[in-house]
Amino acid sequence: MPLISPLGRGAIRLLNHLGALSIFLVKSFFMIFQPKQLPLIIEQVYSIGARSAMIVALVGLFTGMVLGLQLFYTLVKFGSAGVLGSAVALSLVRELGPVLTAIMVTARAGSAMAAEIGSQRISEQIDALATMRIDPLRYLVSPRIAASMISFPLLTALFDIIGIIGGYITGVMLLGVNSGAYFYRVRSSVEMEDITSGFVKAVAFSVIVSTVCCFQGYFTHMQKDAYGAKAVGLSTTSAVVLSCVLILVGDYVVTSLLL
Amino acid sequence: MEQPLIEFRGVTKRFNNHTVLDQVDLQIYEGEVATIVGKSGSGKSVLLKHIVGLLQPDKGAILFGGKSIYKMGKKEWNRYISGVSYMFQNNALFDSMTVFDNIALPLRQTTNLDRKAIEERVRLRLEQMELGEVEKKYPSELSGGMQKRVALSRALATDPKIVLFDEPTTGQDMIRRNAILSMIADYQKRFGFTAILISHDVPDVFFISSRILALSEGKIIFQGTPEEFETLQHPFQHEFVQSLEELQEHLTGIYSKRNFKVRYQKILSRERPQESFVAGLFTLDNFEGICKLLGHTTGQMVLESLGRYINKHFGAVGGFSARQSRSEFSIILPFSYLSEAEQILRDFSMELQEEGLRIIQTEARIYRDICFEFAILAGLAGGEFGAKEIDRIMDDARENQREVARVYCGERR
Repeated sequence: MPLISPLGRGAIRLLNHLGALSIFLVKSFFMIFQPKQLPLIIEQVYSIGARSAMIVALVGLFTGMVLGLQLFYTLVKFGSAGVLGSAVALSLVRELGPVLTAIMVTARAGSAMAAEIGSQRISEQIDALATMRIDPLRYLVSPRIAASMISFPLLTALFDIIGIIGGYITGVMLLGVNSGAYFYRVRSSVEMEDITSGFVKAVAFSVIVSTVCCFQGYFTHMQKDAYGAKAVGLSTTSAVVLSCVLILVGDYVVTSLLL
Repeated sequence: MEQPLIEFRGVTKRFNNHTVLDQVDLQIYEGEVATIVGKSGSGKSVLLKHIVGLLQPDKGAILFGGKSIYKMGKKEWNRYISGVSYMFQNNALFDSMTVFDNIALPLRQTTNLDRKAIEERVRLRLEQMELGEVEKKYPSELSGGMQKRVALSRALATDPKIVLFDEPTTGQDMIRRNAILSMIADYQKRFGFTAILISHDVPDVFFISSRILALSEGKIIFQGTPEEFETLQHPFQHEFVQSLEELQEHLTGIYSKRNFKVRYQKILSRERPQESFVAGLFTLDNFEGICKLLGHTTGQMVLESLGRYINKHFGAVGGFSARQSRSEFSIILPFSYLSEAEQILRDFSMELQEEGLRIIQTEARIYRDICFEFAILAGLAGGEFGAKEIDRIMDDARENQREVARVYCGERR
């Protein structure tokens, strides 16, 4: 009994948390389609998408370069260096592109979402919105969710393309794989299904990241044993950690469903 | 009997085991300025937050026009809340938006006004609040006083019917405090909204309030007019109000209305009956006009400077003075006859016209290029200690008022 009750309490807490998160997501999602949302969504696409493009491209380039390098030496052992293009492209499009993009955007834009909304909560700006008859979920959360759903697939595509170029730089330019063979393999091995599954993952991650980060920021004032700036810091940290864990869990779930 | 616009019925609110509001019953009537006074941490802000639905009571009901606000349907609630504005204690301005965008936000998000109409309304508010030069600045680049004015502009942007002010003057110097209170009174008169105010600015807040509600230990211990509140026999009066008044007197050297009466009573008890004295009443004529044209801050500066000038002049001949209302000062010259007092007033009048008005204008930073005509009225009335109530003597002085000095623009008439 002494062991079971804490376990039960933990389970109830987890269920409560998941329930609150689901209601938060559903309410915010349907508010995307309300009037006056377009300018707010465009502003967030710029903040989450456009401003993350550089870092995503940079990470994509080096990921592709490392992949090119590692896979080249592995494939050479089997005398199959010619399929380097396929190996790099499939790894990026199916797996690394969506996951690493989501993690990078979590670090850059997700933390900003949690911190911004959290500081608005502790300075009563969210209460001010409510008193002005502006629904804080509509004004603050739903544009971020919509913008993430638009930006994540685009950033993933950017990551994939730059990654393939990165693989080309190391494989072809530095290690001497045939240029024509590299691109032929990329074209022939990547099918529409791979691209679709990558985009499905990107959309799933966008919902996870934006909801978790906004939720943590929105309920900053309910942090245990922390108030003010400390609570904002704690919310930001837990938003990033939880998002990253859920991205990896979600990746497994989506992959197993799609395969 | 008039139906209250907002009514609290047995409202109780607890946070954990701490009861903040305990069976609170109160009424707010349409078109009045109701001021809630109470010590820090007595639950004033909590009370205000219940009206806008930011907090819900554990027990009791809050009625708007006789109907519980928590039983309203969505449409009805939206109609109610769209007529209520809340000015937060810490302003709650959006720090990533400019002053202009902060004021425009409720208009952009809750109305169907076009861009031009929104711009016109925001510019009007900026002009009224003397914020024209800072419209492109961010809140963090502004002084505390300016931030307050931006918050006030935003609260009034949608022309609300009820405005809740949570300590609107916190952190302001005396001039700014009075300017903000004056601004609230001015807008309340002009737009006719119901104002519910939390303030510690005793006694200045009494000049603009129609009703006072005193909150102590979670309960409303008094509801009534400022005059009734001044005579309230309750420990709260001594602990809270008097200490604040004394602080104000210490800072300005001018008595509060209540302490003015106390001093009058003291002299009365000390002196022989039939001993005569003279009371005087000074009015800054067209005070509203000064505020409208030159701004509330300048209006308060003129008032403050005039008060000091009167106090200095009549203090030197044994008198004492007090703030009587928003634009009036009263003086008492003990052991004087009316003929003597008239001579003192004539000397004062000459001095004020020749030198005093210039000093007042300089202190209030009114320069030649923005000349504004205004006058000082004064009236005297003689009395004998114990013969009449001081308020009635002051009424006589008000009836005897005449112009004693005037600022002329251009040629002197």
